[in-house]
Amino acid sequence: MSEPRLDLTASPHLHSPDSTAKIMWTVVFSLLPIVAAAGYFFGISALLVVATATLSTVATERLISGPGTLGNGSATITGVLLGLVLPAGMPLWMVAIGGVVSIGLGKAIFGGLGQNLFNPALIGRAFLQAAFPQAITTWPVAGGSFFALKGDNFALPLMRGSAPDVVTHATPLGLMKFEHTGTGIGSLILGNVGGSVGETSALLILICGGYLAYRNYLNWRIPASIMLTAGLFAAALHLINPLYPGGLFMLFSGGLMLGAVYMATDMVTSPITHKGCWIFGIGIGLLVVLIRVWGGLPEGVMYAILIMNSLVPFINRATQPRVFGVEAPSRLKRKAVAS
Amino acid sequence: MHPPELKQLTATQKIRRMPFPSEVVLPLRQHAGKPARLLASRGDHVERGDLLAAADGFMSVPIHASASGRIAELGWWPHPDGSMAEAVRITVDRFSAQLPRPRMVPHWEGLSKEQVVNAVQQAGIVGLGGAAFPAHVKLLPPKDAKIELLLLNGAECEPYLTTDHRLMAEQPERVIYGARIMMHALGVTRCVIGIERNKPDAIEAIRGALPSDADITVQPLTVKYPQGAEKMLIKALTGREVPSGKLPLNVGVIVQNVGTVATIGEVFETGLPLVERVVTITGPGVRKPSNLLMPIGTRLRDALDACGGLTADVSEIIFGGPMMGGAVSDLDTPIIKGITGVVALTPDVARTEPTLPCIRCGRCLDSCPVFLNPSQLGLLAQAGRYEEMEALHLADCMLCGSCSYVCPSNIPLSQMFALGKAGLRKQKVKAAAEAAAAVLKVGAA
Ligand code: SF4
Ligand code: SF4
Repeated sequence: MSEPRLDLTASPHLHSPDSTAKIMWTVVFSLLPIVAAAGYFFGISALLVVATATLSTVATERLISGPGTLGNGSATITGVLLGLVLPAGMPLWMVAIGGVVSIGLGKAIFGGLGQNLFNPALIGRAFLQAAFPQAITTWPVAGGSFFALKGDNFALPLMRGSAPDVVTHATPLGLMKFEHTGTGIGSLILGNVGGSVGETSALLILICGGYLAYRNYLNWRIPASIMLTAGLFAAALHLINPLYPGGLFMLFSGGLMLGAVYMATDMVTSPITHKGCWIFGIGIGLLVVLIRVWGGLPEGVMYAILIMNSLVPFINRATQPRVFGVEAPSRLKRKAVAS
Repeated sequence: MHPPELKQLTATQKIRRMPFPSEVVLPLRQHAGKPARLLASRGDHVERGDLLAAADGFMSVPIHASASGRIAELGWWPHPDGSMAEAVRITVDRFSAQLPRPRMVPHWEGLSKEQVVNAVQQAGIVGLGGAAFPAHVKLLPPKDAKIELLLLNGAECEPYLTTDHRLMAEQPERVIYGARIMMHALGVTRCVIGIERNKPDAIEAIRGALPSDADITVQPLTVKYPQGAEKMLIKALTGREVPSGKLPLNVGVIVQNVGTVATIGEVFETGLPLVERVVTITGPGVRKPSNLLMPIGTRLRDALDACGGLTADVSEIIFGGPMMGGAVSDLDTPIIKGITGVVALTPDVARTEPTLPCIRCGRCLDSCPVFLNPSQLGLLAQAGRYEEMEALHLADCMLCGSCSYVCPSNIPLSQMFALGKAGLRKQKVKAAAEAAAAVLKVGAA
């Protein structure tokens, strides 16, 4: 027997098949059906927006962190998610700026992967909301020919658009808030409504998210607690005053589904403990309803998630598990009182 | 946590006695505690079972010749822990029948507690489950401890290993016999044997051998890693939680591995000290995975030869299980008392991926059996902030490797914790030395 060359690595010598890159890319693939649905409802414009956002985030990541970090897929997720929360008619140059901001301000200045406090895609979207309030609230209506642009996608920076020939439409939430008109739940679930690129088909988002939860690639406690809280809170308000939207409408309209399933569950920016995830989700659920019902905006998911993101370090600290064989502080206290 | 079990390679293989190798190497340090004190000298002829080195105090056990032959060398030899250690090398007598000298076997029922403890120590018995803690020490708990229950650990939760599994399936009477002796020595009336459910034949065999005149029972356990860690086993079998920093005897329990117990039984059957043990030689890098009964001190090379040798693509060899065992690179390293198995891995199994930053996925928290926060501990370890790690109960980390196993970013968490523990120990020694120096200075002034 000739002497084999043997490695000397530290234990454990086995490793679970899940890697960070695999998790991230699986999330990207699980988003593809949602992107496809967006193409179906909003035509080529939707695909252009998602593609531009993704290219922009990936290019920014490459410029800032070098080629080494693209393989882990996290920049791609940010790009696709950013594209999905913008209106299909958004000028592409604005979309590209959103991508740069997502990676640059949302992730890189915190120190890159794993270091950021806020969901990078939502940082990008929040920036665009502040910079281009007009463009980001111009919601094209779904349907029409696939190749018909849904807005002035090819507008040049700082120029007035020249193709305002598009039917725009208030979102169901806008209708509800400002005109008190309800939209049928059936259309909401299937996605046949006005809204941003990916916040339309709630059913599809649930299916894709369910798959990720089944693979243990997202913590189901977060979407579950968001939906339960938002649904029950809204239903209670609706009982008190029927003018407020009902529970189901609250769940299936706007960006709640996409936010609950894909944005709030971002591992880096959500709590590390399961108990923390429940608290985080309940917080988001409450905030969404509060903002939607009493705030000045029809949509509150983005701000609700960003606000709860900022609380994650505190939630983590408050929900540390009790170490085996160490008595919980509360029990100790009770003992001290008793003695 | 559920790593793949991978036990099918050897789970149904009968224990096979391997032919005596041409030489055996017996390090003086094969147990936790003080190394044994050398008695033999070069050139001596020894029979199987003869004393080579005596126990050096209570926290030590003797070393016996595991084969008849001539002492060829007393010197430094590669040790399974990666260091070099003093060892006795015996050239095995090729024509010896390897019969031990005739011995008196005392009847254990007539022996006092101290006599049993002494006999166990003189037989050189240590925990065969991996820790190699001298077995007699556990049989003599401090006077004020109230021990009421003996737990036998047959969980064998490490992937690949089937040593205890085969032992229980093939020699259940010996396990029960050893258990009776331990119960006698400890003065306890109740004994529970915990076996993971993935070994139904072992559970069956032990059940079939249970005596009617003693309170010994079998308790099937959920299959999960690390079910066989002492504190986890106690929790699973009794519901009691060993307080942080305390020992099982603080909750009235003594835990012993089934292989150790069987060996204790054997000592009172044959009088022969611990000179051989069952070792699972397995993994994709071995041609003929087997459960071998081999002399202590068999060189890795000879053990592998008895299993058809290594495959061409072997990349790493582990002593012990793949979760907690250590890699060895020298095929001359001897297999000593505490080695449960040898696992030869190939590159496709021993996958190495680049380490990425922590993505706070929480998997390590879910996997940690003692509910630490490995993610946070890992960040502190990277920064060298050992004192803060101590405050977060680093001492409770049992280095089980679960967190490293699940971490998708492939962060070597448990390895960093081992370094952190070592760093803390060093700091403490330094602090103690400084304090002593300060005292001396004051005394001199
Ligand atoms: S190695 Fe330590 S920290 Fe990691 S899972 Fe095991 S006990 Fe927990
Ligand atoms: S498993 Fe790894 S990546 Fe996940 S939280 Fe723990 S240390 Fe971080």
